[in-house]
Amino acid sequence: MDPHGADHRRVIAFTLNGAEVAHPGGVSLLHALRGDFLLNGPRFGCGAEACGACHVLLDGRSVPACTLPVEGVAGREVKTLEGLGTRSSPHPLQTAFLVEQAGQCGFCLSGIIVTAAAFLRDNPAPDEAALRAALEGHLCRCGSHNRILRAILRAAEEMRA
Amino acid sequence: MNLAFGGAGPDDRPKLPGSLHVNRRLDTWLTFHADGRVAVHPGKVELGQGILTALAQIAAEELDVALERILVTPTITGRSPNEAVTSGSLSIQEGGMALRHACADARALCLSVVSQASGVPLEELRVENGVFLGPDGPVGSYAALAERELLDAEASPEARPKPAAARRVTGISAPRLDLPAKIFGEARFIQDLRFAGMRHARMIRPPAPGARLLEAPPGALRDGDVLAVIADTEAEAEKLAERAGRAARWSEGAALPQDWPRWLETAPGEESVVAEHGTPAPATRSITRRFFRPFIAHGSVGTCCAIAHFDGTTMRVWSHTQGPYNLRTDLALALGMPAESIIVEHVEGSGCYGHNGADDVALDAAICARLCPGTPIRVLWSRAEELAQAPLSPAMLVEIEAGLDAGNTLASWRVHVRSNGHSGRPGRVKTPVLLSAPLMEGGAPIPPSINPPLAGGGGAQRNMVPLYRVPALSATMTRLTEMPIRSSALRGLGALIHVWAIESVIEELAALAGEDAIAFRLRHCEDDRAAHVLREAARMAGWGRALPENEGLGIAVARYKNTGAWCAVAAHVRAEERVRCVALHIAADMGEVINPDGAINQLEGGAIHGVSVALHEAATTDGMRITSDSWEAYPVLRFRDVPRVSVNLIARPEAPPLGAGEASMAPTIAAIAGGIHQALGVRPDRLPFTPENLTR
Repeated sequence: MDPHGADHRRVIAFTLNGAEVAHPGGVSLLHALRGDFLLNGPRFGCGAEACGACHVLLDGRSVPACTLPVEGVAGREVKTLEGLGTRSSPHPLQTAFLVEQAGQCGFCLSGIIVTAAAFLRDNPAPDEAALRAALEGHLCRCGSHNRILRAILRAAEEMRA
Repeated sequence: MNLAFGGAGPDDRPKLPGSLHVNRRLDTWLTFHADGRVAVHPGKVELGQGILTALAQIAAEELDVALERILVTPTITGRSPNEAVTSGSLSIQEGGMALRHACADARALCLSVVSQASGVPLEELRVENGVFLGPDGPVGSYAALAERELLDAEASPEARPKPAAARRVTGISAPRLDLPAKIFGEARFIQDLRFAGMRHARMIRPPAPGARLLEAPPGALRDGDVLAVIADTEAEAEKLAERAGRAARWSEGAALPQDWPRWLETAPGEESVVAEHGTPAPATRSITRRFFRPFIAHGSVGTCCAIAHFDGTTMRVWSHTQGPYNLRTDLALALGMPAESIIVEHVEGSGCYGHNGADDVALDAAICARLCPGTPIRVLWSRAEELAQAPLSPAMLVEIEAGLDAGNTLASWRVHVRSNGHSGRPGRVKTPVLLSAPLMEGGAPIPPSINPPLAGGGGAQRNMVPLYRVPALSATMTRLTEMPIRSSALRGLGALIHVWAIESVIEELAALAGEDAIAFRLRHCEDDRAAHVLREAARMAGWGRALPENEGLGIAVARYKNTGAWCAVAAHVRAEERVRCVALHIAADMGEVINPDGAINQLEGGAIHGVSVALHEAATTDGMRITSDSWEAYPVLRFRDVPRVSVNLIARPEAPPLGAGEASMAPTIAAIAGGIHQALGVRPDRLPFTPENLTR
């Protein structure tokens, strides 16, 4: 047993941002992503699936990582903000968030962008009401909501073009 | 108010703008790099409000250096200027104007040196992206002067920043410098800092305020009644904390009041006169109204975090504090260390909206680090700590009695506020005010929070004095000296209740006078800039248009702190199963605007924060403890209910700049209350404006 309380006979294998990785398990996906894979995108906000800050894509669906055990992603594909795009090759959502200056402190944005990516895949031409409903699980305390909505709708347009 | 608490009293030195007056050396503010970059060193910190970008614009403008060559360094005690606290919407006035002057002075200094060295007369020299050009081409650069220590000098009061008409870099919407890192998942937040050998701690808290430790759990570190667990990973630290929390035995804490309005009425306090003038003439008609607001949480999305490292001599702390120097003062008091042995470095955190737990968690980390010398210790708060252990914005009670004379003109205004103090920030009193301080070995109870004087912006009395012409005014305050819940500053402070109370009473008086609410306001308003934003918000909202019967349009105006930015807000509300705010129209006059989009972003954000406070937010207690310790128990505004927001800035490039962060929040709450009256015929007198409170 290691300090995580994991059983070393079992190794959880999954795909993380396109790479094959392994983890001994015994912790939440969020702890694994931040603590062991040293990612910054998924962020701790509440640990109770109530704020959206920790969302990641699991097989393309946006899910909270704070309560999900690593065991739950065995054999599946996990993507975080970092896996969506980079400065040199940004995702259209990341470009749109910068164009719209959609953020203040920026803490909530990782989870929101991840959820928006999943939402736009299923709803390439969304209306604003549906988008708001999709973001209902995400808190933004700075009040950047309208900019965030504009940025996502802008990205949708870019992605359709 | 910041500088009043930074120890800057009146003195004989020539007056320099903003924080430059008390941090007079130029190289405290900026340094030239040999590679052509210019580092600026603000003492104001980034809280998500975009201050770093605005400051970079100011420096680029005055120095004539490209914006991308400006490097803004994090505030660090001992190196950066001491600008006390980043609060009160004062960063541009205090920090920005200091930097503007320092850069103008540095530019002039460099120009004269280059002129002498090159023989090119001053009037024939110009600066282009950091290079000095004479009639025949380049004759020098800031980069070439980097080694010369020219800035090792006091700023001169003679420096002349550029006139408004010459500015090219300020006044434009430069994109935020910090945003790309946050959008690409780079390590920018304090939560992302990782040091070699760093361990993770969690604190174990008493179950209620005032509870003392009876039996420590095995395996926990201990300093007095402060308990912590430390592990190699966060996951392990959380497990240990849960176990230790169950095993620890505490005494019962002090009971909390059950009925907060009643407590506000009866708790002991210190009376003071805030403002007084005129002798009340007998009013023909008068009304008396009372207003209540509950305790409100800051509710940052990211929880508070700090890292500390103690090498046996020096305590180094990384913190998202609003006031690194002030935090250092309280850390020194709590730890019994000289301030010079403590270094506080600012790292960005989640937006704080005022005095949240950022300072508290820094002491937590320092306590752990002292118990584990040589190891960097990171403490991260839980959601429950964030919502229930951080300071709250205090509950308040306001009573206004206002009268009209026979000509339907305001004759008298008497207002009294009862509240805890709104400032419990570190660095201001002799006893440390950090959460864990009283629990430490030999710790003393945290003194009741104070209110800065009105001249410094005030706390509970902020915006208590109406901007309308009142022949006879009496404004008095009771600062409660019993503090069952630690209280401190949240965006807007007392303005959140006062602007609502004033505007509500004004509308009732307008109705008594049989006059349109805007016309009545304008008739009593001698402040042209207030009148201007009020008319503009009314125009934007289509004031007077017919609305469906369950909808209402409310409007409110205030000048933040009566010394800051002017802001009017019109709120379109719709009464369904509960009241929703569907649109906000905001007009603001903040003098010179350094970054228009940044200012609009702040005004939008403050307004949406106001909607959340108006319609959702209230901390709850059960007689023993704060029970609103989760997002379920402390609901805030979510995407579905966010109104559309339009903002117009009144252009005044020649006027001194004023802050944007807090101006819109209080008028938004007031405008929503007005809209509710139009939609439902009810005048709200209790925040939040939930169905229960509206029918109470």
